[in-house]
Amino acid sequence: MSEFEFGFVSVLVFLSLAFLFVFGVLVAGRFVRPRRPSREKASVYECGERPIGKAWFNFNPRFYIIALVFLIFDVEIAFTFPVATVFSAWVKAGKAALVYSELALFVGILLVGLAYVWRKGDLDWLKKLDHDA
Amino acid sequence: MECIFTNTEWFLNWGRKSSIWYLLFASACCGIELMQTGGPRTDVDRFGAVPRATPRQSDLLIVAGTITYKMAERVRLLYEQMAEPRYVIAMGSCANCGGLFQGSYSVVKGVDKIIPVDLYIPGCAPRPEALADALIKLQERMMKEKYLRTVGASA
Repeated sequence: MSEFEFGFVSVLVFLSLAFLFVFGVLVAGRFVRPRRPSREKASVYECGERPIGKAWFNFNPRFYIIALVFLIFDVEIAFTFPVATVFSAWVKAGKAALVYSELALFVGILLVGLAYVWRKGDLDWLKKLDHDA
Repeated sequence: MECIFTNTEWFLNWGRKSSIWYLLFASACCGIELMQTGGPRTDVDRFGAVPRATPRQSDLLIVAGTITYKMAERVRLLYEQMAEPRYVIAMGSCANCGGLFQGSYSVVKGVDKIIPVDLYIPGCAPRPEALADALIKLQERMMKEKYLRTVGASA
C-alpha cells in the first residue's frame, strides 16, 4: 500500500467516525429523552401569544409596490442632490448643457418608469383584480 | 445493574445540570436583575446557564417579575411549549405570592397558581447572587434525580 492510500484511509476513518458520532448521539438521545407530545407543544411559538389562523395565506402586496416605487425615487433624489451642489462649478467650467442634459436624461428615464407604473394602475391604493375588469 | 443505572444517571444528570438553558423571559423589574445575572459579574454562563430565545430549547423558566392575569395565559403557554424535563424558578416576591401588588385586582397571587414551581427566590428584587444561588440549588436537585427511573421513564 502506498503512502497516499494510507493517508486516505485515516481520512476515511475520521469521516466515518464523525458520521457515526452524529447518528450515535441522535439515536442515544432518542432513547434517553422523555417524549410527551401535546397540542400546546406542537403549537407555533409566538412569544407566548396564541397564534390566530394559519401563517400560510395571501396578504395584500400594495405596500410592496408603493415602497418599491418610493425607493426608486428616493435613490433618484440621493443621486440628484450631489449634482446640484457641484452644478455651479460645472457651469463655470462651461459644461452646463452637458451636465444638464445628463441629469435630464436620468430623471427622464425614471419619469418614463413613473408613467408606466401610473398607467398600469400600481399607484392606486384600491385595486381591482384582472378578472374583475 | 444498579451500578450501571446509577452511573448512567449521574452522567446524564451531570450533562443536564451543566447546561441549564433558561428561557429569555422577564415580565417586570426582576428582569433587570436577571440580565445582570447573565452579565460578567455574576456570569451564570460559567455554570452552563445561557439564555435561549425559544422555549423549545430551554430547560428552565425563570419567572422574573409580576405576573398579571393577562400575562398568566402566556406564561402557561410558554411553560407548555418547553420540552421536558423542565424547571421553574419563581424569582422575587411578585412571582412568589404577588408581592407588593398582592392586593391588586390584576395580579396573580403567586406563579405557582398557574405552573408548578421548583424553587422560590425571596427578595424584591433578588440580587443576582440570589439567582445564581438558586441555579446552584437547582443543579444540586438535578444531581439527586433518578433520571432514567423517573424523568425519562416514558422515553
